[in-house]
Amino acid sequence: MALTGTGAGSGGRFDAMSAQKTERLLNLVICLLSTRQFLAKDQIRRSVPQYAECATDEAFDRMFERDKDELRDLGVPLETGANDAWFEDEVGYRVDRAAYTGPEIQFEPDELAVLGLASRVWQQASLAAPASRALLKLKADGIEPDASSIVGIEPRVRTSEPAFEPVYAAVRDRRPITFAYRTSGSGEPRTRHLEPWGIVSRHGRWYVVGHDRDRGATRVFRLSRIAGEVRPIGSPGEVTVPAGLDFRDEVAALVPPQQTRSAVLCARAGSGLALRRRATATREGAGPDGWDEVTVPFADADVLAEEVTGFGPDVRVLDPAEVRDAVVRRLRGVLAVNEAVPAGTVGP
Amino acid sequence: MSPGATDRLSRLLAMVPYLAQRQGIPLAAAATEFGISEKQLVKDLELLFVCGTPGHMPDDLIEAEWDDGHVYLNNVGAIARPLRLGVDEALALLVGLRALADVPGLHDRDALERARAKLEAAAGERAAVSEQVAVQVTQRPGPLADIRESLARNRRVHLTYFVPARDETTERDVDPVRLLMVDGLWYLEGWCYRAEEVRLFRVDRIEGLTVLDVAAEPRRVPVRDLREGLFRPSPEDTVVTLELDPGARWVVDYYPVEDVQELASGQLLVRLRAADDRWLRTLVLRLGGEARVLDPPALADAVRERAEAALEAYVRA
Repeated sequence: MALTGTGAGSGGRFDAMSAQKTERLLNLVICLLSTRQFLAKDQIRRSVPQYAECATDEAFDRMFERDKDELRDLGVPLETGANDAWFEDEVGYRVDRAAYTGPEIQFEPDELAVLGLASRVWQQASLAAPASRALLKLKADGIEPDASSIVGIEPRVRTSEPAFEPVYAAVRDRRPITFAYRTSGSGEPRTRHLEPWGIVSRHGRWYVVGHDRDRGATRVFRLSRIAGEVRPIGSPGEVTVPAGLDFRDEVAALVPPQQTRSAVLCARAGSGLALRRRATATREGAGPDGWDEVTVPFADADVLAEEVTGFGPDVRVLDPAEVRDAVVRRLRGVLAVNEAVPAGTVGP
Repeated sequence: MSPGATDRLSRLLAMVPYLAQRQGIPLAAAATEFGISEKQLVKDLELLFVCGTPGHMPDDLIEAEWDDGHVYLNNVGAIARPLRLGVDEALALLVGLRALADVPGLHDRDALERARAKLEAAAGERAAVSEQVAVQVTQRPGPLADIRESLARNRRVHLTYFVPARDETTERDVDPVRLLMVDGLWYLEGWCYRAEEVRLFRVDRIEGLTVLDVAAEPRRVPVRDLREGLFRPSPEDTVVTLELDPGARWVVDYYPVEDVQELASGQLLVRLRAADDRWLRTLVLRLGGEARVLDPPALADAVRERAEAALEAYVRA
């Protein structure tokens, strides 16, 4: 089932065929909803005018089978049964109206307003079509949302990763997948086999969490690093999601650990604002050359060194030596790869 | 299989009850609500017109009228009520609600909780899979509640705003237009009197916000197409070419790059653009030897100059 429908396709002939099929399916739904009795296939064939185009019984059977599958995919609760259990009746079909609509629940105007906001989260992403259709259904009672308290608020999630749709479908259908994955270290993608449990968007990037069959352990993959196609390698329902697992924790575990150490830096007046914003102490003018002394918490010396190096000559590490040495190493690295080119040696 | 046909059926089944409860709704308003063109809506109505209960005598068919630009729908019988929510539909709304629930100061928490409970009841077991999808908003909240108030009351605000790319804090008055959440971060979009144009401000970088007793001037600002991110290229941008070592590959994931080429050496040749030269300088310094500036030479010079000055201070100390 496509997530992002664009309605009927382009091209006159295809349009006409597609419209005819929509018409047939709609009449089939209405027909099956309008009956209390189970309808035999022959009765259905006579009731839905578009089935008249089927020249043979086989053609009708094939078309009807496909149509049933499509209605089920759409979530129409198609029932099969016999009208009289005591006789060898032919199997028949119907759609129970109560099952079709589900429980009748009325939403209040303020509830519809937040639901509208929730729906707009997907407005420019993969689930846009189901999200807006869901909202239409909830508004079917004729109640209009009261959005006065949330005017101007536009939450958005993006699903720009090409792997989003197949991975989402695999998570939804509990189906194992395989894909080529490149790690940050090397450029060469490796084939992975995953039982996907959940997908999480964090800082705008999507991650899939699951059981990595190659490693025999729980792993998190970034969707943007999936190269090429995502293929299912099993049946729907095959993946068992462990109970009580919070996927968000798994993804959060990827971010740096607690910042338990602290470093003393000196910063030129008015510089290093990002560092000052999270400083545990700032002593103005207390550093060498009258610079400010800034104490910041950190977890990883290299990560802090990277940030400090970015400030160039405006921030300097005083302590610990591990961070200071890392900064010096990085500065030397910058100079080594970006050495001055003597004038006249650069071509046009 | 033609996904177009089932998609359209799905839309029609949702459209019929909606229109039947809103007799006389203008075509344009209905089309906007369904996210389709008026032309497509008319095609949909034409299709409904020939559908109905078995028998297909005129009395059995759905009645649709739209000649005067307003839609009237009758005799919808069996499909007067919408099809229950599907898995994708329930999931989209529930995941959206949960993401919003994580944001303090944004909305009426009570309405959100009621909506969620009803939605879960409506979706039943089909709601379960929504637990497997999450959109996280991890940013510290900042003055979201004040921004929401300024939007609802249409007030100008004064901001103290931190600009990390320039390592400075600025003061400015802004007429808020909307509050956007993109990639897990909140942004205030508004007319900035300092820049004299529409700007985006990351809410977690707003260090102070005062709602002023001045009405915001009405501004017509088109909604951004966020599919490609917030970054909008400008002719004034600096375009740079970098050679990245394997350890700096993450740059491609984090910043909007225009072009990437794999080199035989295992390095990446990357072209990216930025509005602020200082930001570029900082980026190359941060990469500490894992990025070589191939172009423009002025950037390489600036980077080298700053690295030399920084190094000299350590040697001196």
